Amino acid sequence: MEKEAGKLLELKEAVARFVFDGAHISIGGFTLNRNPMAAVYEIIRQGRRDLHLYAHSNGQAVDELVGAGCVRRLEIAYGGTGRFAPTCIRFRKAVQAGMIQVEDYSNYQMTLRFMAGAMGVPFLPCRSGLGSDLIHHWGFSEDLRKTESRLPDEKMVVMDNPFGSWGETAKVVLVPAITTDVTIIHVQKADALGNARIAGLSFADVEQAKSAEHLIVTCEELVSTDEMKADPDRNCIPFFCVDAVVHVPHGAYPTACYGYYDYDPAYLKQFADYTRDDPAYETYLQDYILRIDDHESFLEKIGSETLGDIEADPETGYANNLDRR
Amino acid sequence: MQDYTLKEMMAVVAAREIHNGDIIFCGTGISMLAAMAAKNISAPDCVIFFETGAIDSLLEEVPLAVADSRVMYRTALNGGLAEAFGTMQNRFTGKRVVGILGAAQIDRFGNLNSTVLGDYDHPAVRFSGSGGANDVASFVSRTIIFMKHEKRKFVRQLDYLTSPGWLDGPDGRKNAGLSGGGPSAVITDMAVMRFDEQSREMFLAECYPGISVESVQENMGFAVDCSRAVEAQPPTGRELEILRNRCDPQRLILG
Repeated sequence: MEKEAGKLLELKEAVARFVFDGAHISIGGFTLNRNPMAAVYEIIRQGRRDLHLYAHSNGQAVDELVGAGCVRRLEIAYGGTGRFAPTCIRFRKAVQAGMIQVEDYSNYQMTLRFMAGAMGVPFLPCRSGLGSDLIHHWGFSEDLRKTESRLPDEKMVVMDNPFGSWGETAKVVLVPAITTDVTIIHVQKADALGNARIAGLSFADVEQAKSAEHLIVTCEELVSTDEMKADPDRNCIPFFCVDAVVHVPHGAYPTACYGYYDYDPAYLKQFADYTRDDPAYETYLQDYILRIDDHESFLEKIGSETLGDIEADPETGYANNLDRR
Repeated sequence: MQDYTLKEMMAVVAAREIHNGDIIFCGTGISMLAAMAAKNISAPDCVIFFETGAIDSLLEEVPLAVADSRVMYRTALNGGLAEAFGTMQNRFTGKRVVGILGAAQIDRFGNLNSTVLGDYDHPAVRFSGSGGANDVASFVSRTIIFMKHEKRKFVRQLDYLTSPGWLDGPDGRKNAGLSGGGPSAVITDMAVMRFDEQSREMFLAECYPGISVESVQENMGFAVDCSRAVEAQPPTGRELEILRNRCDPQRLILG
């Protein structure tokens, strides 16, 4: 019954309870949209270390966690936030300095790996990777894979189609399932039980959510179970998958949340500037994260004018004609 | 004096590669602009499609990433990654998908590196990684590649093969177990390259007005056949008007 009641938590409590040093963790969202940033900043404030982070293209959250020194190992398809940082800068620096270990996959492979975890199968097949170095180059060595029980012995496996030529496919690539200790996603609406609704693109959030032993859902709006059950076609995650529900308006800021607010171009540009050298980044960490009590205080620092500028148009879901230069 | 920029030329040249009925896989940056230009100029019935799961995006405003909320407005369907890549891997729908990719390095068979420069374990430069590029390059009917025309980018040997082109020649993809087509055009800030039907090696197809065959070759780390090169058609007034005023009025990508 522990997944049925008492899930409505403060962010500090949810992070303290489920995100521990060395945890295997995944984060929802994609590049500059619907990253659970409030939770990411709280993880940084609580000083979590040695995280094993799984990501497809979760740009901003990955770069902030890597930049703050929370991450030891990273399995990833893409570290970038679009035009603001075609390659995430703290990620780039950390890899080049050998400060984190990275294993590369493609976006589809990462999606299937989460899906396999969600489905309860050890792997899923695909046709991605054939002929490429994704297969040949391993970021995690064979020795590490053999000694670390949380890692599969192989990065991925190429095999002949066991059904012969069925499906007009000669070879398949098997990618191993991911199961995390904790996954964190940010959604538009949830109820106190954990029923959750994503509007716009779901990315791989649902697969990530279901591949986790523990799931934290942060939400823009906390609504009644009655409201969620009145329109069930739009719900994405059922309550019994969820361990913690946290009501955090603007919980994806400075990334976007479709239908609620846009990404903040000024913040993302400023972030990219801060990331370029270490002393400047330390200043950023102190001023925007570590010396700030919580997400509410962070939003106060950002100011209501900025939040007003990025407010989404109810029809388009983004801030029309926002100055993004 | 030409009255257009090289970025505008690249977007227009790429747009001309797109036909009605194509499903266009867009990455970030100029590839989005090329798809928007195609949709607005020459191929109104092409479908703009993103790996994030947005299918048939209207794109009232240019997105700055494939997860930008602008890709979600007035789509046929807002799905997720599993659906998007499934569409590309699907044996029926995949044949209609044209991918637009970019990379840090390309070789003569159109194989791409967007992962590292130097040794993988101790890279001199780390890039974003595959994202969906490897998947697209593996599955779809053909790919269009954007490159900056520089010697260090057109290399004999990739430091890391992120996304398969024609691999090592005519039978490369088949031997590796890949179906689908490979790269069909490389669009740079100087020229358009294509791939020989027999050898699958890159050749110079078109030089932009005012750019010589010699200067194209000088900016590449390997030799290409230049015997088939012709001068590219510059953008028309109408193409430029739509690109500038309709597609990217803030010049977010055109610069």
